[in-house]
Amino acid sequence: MKVGLFIPCYIDQFYPHVGMAVVRVLERLGVEVDYPEAQTCCGQPMANTGCADTAKPLAEKFLSVFEPYEYVVGPSGSCVAMVRHHYDELLHGRSGFDELKAKTFEFCEFLTDVLKLERIEGAFPHRVGVHQSCHGLRELRLGSSSEMNVPPFNKTRILLEGLRGISFSELSRADECCGFGGTFAVAEEAVSCMMGLDRIHDHEQAGTEVLTAGDMSCLMHLEGLLRRQKKSMRVMHVAEILDAAAGEAP
Amino acid sequence: MEHASLAADFVKNDERAHWHDRSLWFVRSKRDKCAHALPEWELLRETASQIKLHLMSQLDRYLEEFERNATRLGAVVHWASDAAEHNQIVHDILLSHGVRKVVKSKSMLTEECHLNPFLERHGIEVIDTDLGERIVQLRDEGPSHIVMPAIHLKKEEIGELFHEHLGTEAGATDPQYLTEAARQHLREKFLGADAGLTGVNFAVAETGGIVVCTNEGNADLGTSLPRLHIACMGIEKLIPRAADLGVFLRLLARSATGQPITTYSSHFHGPREGGELHIVLVDNGRTDLLGSDEFRRSLNCIRCGACMNTCPVYRRSGGHSYEATVPGPIGSILAPARDAGHYHSLPFACSLCGSCTDVCPVKIDLHHQLLTWRKELALRKLVPWRKRVAMKLAAGVLKRTWLYALAGRFGRAMLRWMPRFLIYHRGNPWGKQRELPPAPKRAFRQLYRQERKRRGQS
Repeated sequence: MKVGLFIPCYIDQFYPHVGMAVVRVLERLGVEVDYPEAQTCCGQPMANTGCADTAKPLAEKFLSVFEPYEYVVGPSGSCVAMVRHHYDELLHGRSGFDELKAKTFEFCEFLTDVLKLERIEGAFPHRVGVHQSCHGLRELRLGSSSEMNVPPFNKTRILLEGLRGISFSELSRADECCGFGGTFAVAEEAVSCMMGLDRIHDHEQAGTEVLTAGDMSCLMHLEGLLRRQKKSMRVMHVAEILDAAAGEAP
Repeated sequence: MEHASLAADFVKNDERAHWHDRSLWFVRSKRDKCAHALPEWELLRETASQIKLHLMSQLDRYLEEFERNATRLGAVVHWASDAAEHNQIVHDILLSHGVRKVVKSKSMLTEECHLNPFLERHGIEVIDTDLGERIVQLRDEGPSHIVMPAIHLKKEEIGELFHEHLGTEAGATDPQYLTEAARQHLREKFLGADAGLTGVNFAVAETGGIVVCTNEGNADLGTSLPRLHIACMGIEKLIPRAADLGVFLRLLARSATGQPITTYSSHFHGPREGGELHIVLVDNGRTDLLGSDEFRRSLNCIRCGACMNTCPVYRRSGGHSYEATVPGPIGSILAPARDAGHYHSLPFACSLCGSCTDVCPVKIDLHHQLLTWRKELALRKLVPWRKRVAMKLAAGVLKRTWLYALAGRFGRAMLRWMPRFLIYHRGNPWGKQRELPPAPKRAFRQLYRQERKRRGQS
């Protein structure tokens, strides 16, 4: 099984250790990983600003870069949702596009749905707060959202639940948005930051030591607020926790 | 004004913004309890959505069926293509009956058409009888929410308002006392009215009947005392059969306020004995939405307000920051359809979290429609040019891998070496309350290459 690693641009530039954690976790599970260096950005910032024509060449580039792979795996629900749900109007009818949509997975979902993992070995003796990144939750359905009356499930949390020593903080608002929202974070700075601070407050009340999410972009925003306020809460991508936990395996 | 700056003003008062957020979250939580208590909730949503989509596919036929049946029951049906025609029709009816005083129960349609100021200009007194609506009317402002029009106000402010207008004791804040004062004040207005105006929650094509839902019974009093009843409705309020009502009534109040059903669901089948019933069917842009594949689903809306209660932006920016009759997610779809130039900032007042889509009882894909609006606005060049140029420049870099890698290296080096004041300044909204992410020496692509090289050697 050959996996083409999709490392979103901002992770490539600002959070290389998250990408490396993804590589290590996948390789430990016996997956053959390759990172095609020609990749840049999926085009989501342009598409979400309404500039579809500007996003199109980036979608075309993405398609050609990942064409050779059996699977495409990325540690970001939002970027994967872009490929799966919002490339339609940009790449409709292109050869290889239907295959691309079907073979592109968010990191956690790849572990639970393709590798069929139910638990991962390791230990992480910390109180973890899981932030449900919206696009993973409501676009990719990586978990049940609090609005809907469906049987509860959560693909991110199930992977963490098997780790020894881990405990979870329970929030008063289970899946409210952190306020990142791409260009929203700067265009609506006041509301964006209020939303972020409210999430942090909820996690503080619940005793979160390590704040995690499937999307580093939410964590970039929350970490920015935490660091400015000099708070001790740490942020880690889910892949980083799984990677660190494996180091603790017996 | 743009939503972002009005929202920033609202957020400035942190205590009040949090109070507003908590009040609406409380309603959302009540709604959750109701929705989760019904095992068939998701089936109800799907059924409601299908019924509405079916209706929209043959709206012309169903409207004519409704007109025939309503007429058979003795109602007079009027057709208005826009707000001006609607207002004129209502005014003509009132004029021909010599009406000077009108009591009105809640109708977002008449808000949309700005009926009150129109009638007032023609010397007719219009009194809103829904308590929240009456409060905002006395304050001479629009509703900030479609179900809870005065949700932006605290009881202290209402106490002051009633002291000024209704002569209640100064400094009174007891809700029961204030409500009683409003009740007595409105009772007088009800008794003196020559006509009752209502909105319509559902109109049934099969029967020609209309249904009005209220919690205060004000629509019932307003239509029982005066002989003349005028009901104004958007053409999307129709449903095909009486049997469909059960689906929508179960969804409406649960979604709106977390009640199993509204206190009053009043069915009108023709005029009451000795009375007159006029029903005004209003288009006002709805057929444009009907003709659009992208936005047709927004006509499913039953105006429950659940998308407002759940919207993290609405809760923290207040209804007035949208400057539209209908605020929040659904309003941000409807308002630009009316005037894209004026409301261009609304589809961007959204983090695309999708909570509205999941909460919507009639399954409108709200956040996707907002995204579609952004595309539409960009096509019409109504997205600020700075944003468009920035996106073009970024895409120009991102198209070329070498340029992207180089720009990344350069940018990160700048972030590491530049003095803080050159990074954190007025032109950097990210950095106003947030730190930028740390700028590592090596990007992932460099680390990965090194790692592969090391492995190849070992």
